[in-house]
Amino acid sequence: MSPVVVIDYGSGNVFSVATTLKKAGADVMLSDNAELIASAERLVLPGVGAFEAAWNLLEGKGLVDPIRAFLITGRPFLGICVGMQMLMDQSFEFGCHPGFSVVEGAVRKIDDTDIDGRSHPVPRIGWYPHIPHVKPWSGTVLDGLNEKDAVYFVHSFAAEPKEPSSVLANSEYNGRTVNAAVISDNVTGVQFHPEKSGPVGLKIMENFIRS
Amino acid sequence: MEVRKWRMGPAALCLGIQLEFFQLYMTNIRIIARLDVKAPNLIKGINLEGLRKLGDPQTFAERYYAGGIDEIVYIDAVASLYERNTIVDLVRKTAMNVYIPITAGGGVRSVENARELLRVGADKVAINTAAVHNPGLISEMALALGSQCMVLSIQAKRRMSGTGWEAYCDQGREHSGRDVIEWAKEAEKLGAGEIFLTSVDQEGTYRGFDIELIRAVSNEVRIPIVASGGMGTLSHADDAISRGGASAIAIAALLHYDKIALADIKQGLSDLGHHVRIV
Repeated sequence: MSPVVVIDYGSGNVFSVATTLKKAGADVMLSDNAELIASAERLVLPGVGAFEAAWNLLEGKGLVDPIRAFLITGRPFLGICVGMQMLMDQSFEFGCHPGFSVVEGAVRKIDDTDIDGRSHPVPRIGWYPHIPHVKPWSGTVLDGLNEKDAVYFVHSFAAEPKEPSSVLANSEYNGRTVNAAVISDNVTGVQFHPEKSGPVGLKIMENFIRS
Repeated sequence: MEVRKWRMGPAALCLGIQLEFFQLYMTNIRIIARLDVKAPNLIKGINLEGLRKLGDPQTFAERYYAGGIDEIVYIDAVASLYERNTIVDLVRKTAMNVYIPITAGGGVRSVENARELLRVGADKVAINTAAVHNPGLISEMALALGSQCMVLSIQAKRRMSGTGWEAYCDQGREHSGRDVIEWAKEAEKLGAGEIFLTSVDQEGTYRGFDIELIRAVSNEVRIPIVASGGMGTLSHADDAISRGGASAIAIAALLHYDKIALADIKQGLSDLGHHVRIV
């Protein structure tokens, strides 16, 4: 099996992404090389922090077009956190910034009040399970997982996919629905951090490398 | 839909703490293990002094990971005093085997220090002394690395003279002159993503968290607060969350000395109505 390429562009916990992919059985290559990225068999885009900052890092390294090229090949792609948000049309974090437009919809700030109007913390940091029965998970990176299994989120912004068919999973934050994962054919994006979600996260990495 | 009644004890009434009577969802909380490190040992103290060596910190971290802990916090206890930063190797070795969020702190003085830790598997970097001396470091780190990895560690000690708490640095040895509440608010404005709030008075005593302290800070900031210092029983943790408003609790002595099993803490909190991750 050819290596999974993890884009190493200055954002995201690439050490842990690589570690967990290796633990799941993959050969892993960390790279910021345009050709390698565009021609990878499987590609992972990590990312933390502000959308614009991460996008600028990609642009600065000339990686926006190679990633765009990869995204239309149909080969497996996993975007994590900001890496997932970049799959959307645009993000409204500190302005309005276009993404790769693989999934229709925008990225907006999480509501800082709960469903009853009381303040709750933002960023949303914690382990959250999924809302059941949003979409069948077989054949996806969430294959075989129990919806009750919690995964680790740390974010202030979340994707708002337009089409229900793009939603792979949702989670809940004090009564508010917050997107957890999006999907478009072989392109998957997860808002949470599989590299930091213990054994459940490892299972997700295993699913990805087998996809 | 779950309905959970808040409990209001006489102490809460006296303190005039405003509480909600009903909550129609379960609060989601994190249980965090705090490991103070004086390389190569895990150490434990009372009131952040009087250190005792407990063994290899990585062994403890791996045990807690296997037991279902939600996050690990490593604090390098001597880095500030002697200008060393010895925790990088520990983070790297831990991150090779422990796949949950790791926060590292102790003697972090610059964005470069922080970047080095993030490169070897840490997700968050906690700063205290350096931020007290130069609050601009909070914004620098938040801008360069993202607010989500920027934790302000506040060591709070009750003022002997009267009301409120003062922030301390250098593991609770040096007073800073800063008021804890004002400092927390300023840190939030500067871009801190989380506050790690330790009660110097309660730390290592098993007598409970400083609930007033937690509530006072959680009333003023919107970013998550990790309550640290003093846990001895399950009800202490429940109080920190329900009455204090903490999003997470950090446990040190109770875990390191194996006084209550982690699984029992989690199950107990779950039974009390909190949403905890059960592994």
